[in-house]
Amino acid sequence: MKIMIAEFAAAAFVLFARAITAVRAIWPEHGLPSRPCVYFANHSSHGDFVLVWAVLPPRLRKQARPVAGAEYWLKSKVSTFIGRDVFNAVLIERERENRTQDPIALMTTAIDEGSSLILFPEGTRNQTDARLLPFKSGLFHLVSARPDVDLVPVWINNLNRVMPKGEIVPIPLICTVTFGDALRIAPNEGKDAFLERTQAALLALAPKPLGSGE
Amino acid sequence: MNTASSDLLTLVFGIFGVLIFASAIGYVLQWRFAAAGPNAAVDNLNARIKAWWVMVILIGIAFIAGRAGVLILFAFCSFAALREFVTLINTRRADHWALASAFFVVLPIQYYLLWAEEYGIFAIFIPVYAFLLMPIISVLRGDTERFLIRIAEVQWALMICVFCASHVPALLTLTIPGYEGRNVLLIAFLVIVVQLSDVLQYVWGKLFGRTKIAPNLSPSKTVEGFVGGVISATLIGASLWWITPFTPFQAGVLAFIITIMGFFGGLVMSAVKRDRGVKDWGNLIEGHGGLIDRLDSVVFSAPIFFHIVRYWWSLS
Repeated sequence: MKIMIAEFAAAAFVLFARAITAVRAIWPEHGLPSRPCVYFANHSSHGDFVLVWAVLPPRLRKQARPVAGAEYWLKSKVSTFIGRDVFNAVLIERERENRTQDPIALMTTAIDEGSSLILFPEGTRNQTDARLLPFKSGLFHLVSARPDVDLVPVWINNLNRVMPKGEIVPIPLICTVTFGDALRIAPNEGKDAFLERTQAALLALAPKPLGSGE
Repeated sequence: MNTASSDLLTLVFGIFGVLIFASAIGYVLQWRFAAAGPNAAVDNLNARIKAWWVMVILIGIAFIAGRAGVLILFAFCSFAALREFVTLINTRRADHWALASAFFVVLPIQYYLLWAEEYGIFAIFIPVYAFLLMPIISVLRGDTERFLIRIAEVQWALMICVFCASHVPALLTLTIPGYEGRNVLLIAFLVIVVQLSDVLQYVWGKLFGRTKIAPNLSPSKTVEGFVGGVISATLIGASLWWITPFTPFQAGVLAFIITIMGFFGGLVMSAVKRDRGVKDWGNLIEGHGGLIDRLDSVVFSAPIFFHIVRYWWSLS
């Protein structure tokens, strides 16, 4: 029963997201990896992973699990149900001091079980005018533990305008989700070089700002 | 079966005939050029023809469903068009409530007024009430950055995508003596003439186009395409007089006005796209681009056609 409600809720979320944003995926030249991988995306709205999830082909969607903050999703019964059962999120504790579980271990376990992860390496929603916040080091620690996993950059465009922080009514706007070609960590690549390279790969997918003419 | 539905049936068969003919040409072209490898122009042509089938069938279903069907179809068109338009304009967070009310208050009210046949308020609701109230909603947030541009763009989006577009189904509210129960054919006349004019301008341009008519706005439009398209669409419009309350001559004159407005509407909307730095309004219709790419000429001709018919033919 609980599973049925969860599946129904998931379908409803996807349908709603599609009706509001008419979301369209732009695929990379060489296609998506079929093995479990890590999708890393820019983060500006709660709806971000729903959009990524909505555009993934059903086979890949089934194995994709968003990585989200436990403190946020375990706040109430409803949000726990949505986080755990509907989206099957890997819930990690973001505050270092009161951690009971190691986030990297949770993520590698999920990958080892055959899941893909949807990760937001900025760590929090971007409310600034900058296109991207500096990445937290989690992505680096994850691939240090699993160096052969493919990393797929994913740029989510326009969703921050659909529902800015603090608003409750979404504005219908067309969103795109652009997937880039997969990359991996190079042998002996340092943390700063790796994070810089992944940030650049993600920013390269961002469309040019509106009204810049031709 | 009354005359309206039998005329509609004849029309539908005629359109299906044209589409079957077009599909056959597309099929032959694809087969002939298949050896030469993938051909983007032929693929695009076939995608366009396929999309035409879907659009004709959708409009057909709406016509069969009657007044409610037509209103719902155009309300959805307005919604999708407004979504494409607002995606490309300069909005700021302070416009959130204004934009939300454009989609979820103004648009439904405009179509409700059509349903209730309240012509007096329908005709001024967006140009007067939305015009005054939307900037008030925006100004309450106190953000003055690019304020004039923002409120002007939202109003323009509403005028084009909701107000002008709603004048197509508004044709159903007219009362023309001797034409009772046949108003849906007026919509068919308008849409067929506008869309055929677009298609024929494209065909004439591809076949004989040499002189660019507006190189800065729309590099694919040519003088030959424009003249050929307008003349042939006007003649087809005149030959469709039997579905209208007009004489053949009047039908031709109206078709001419519709095609001219449609052509310049296309130019204006091209200029807006250039300004925003995009090639298409969206990706809703495969091969055509966004919904506004298909609707731009209809939007510019519908209110003029509506008012000419209302002034000289209608009692209401």
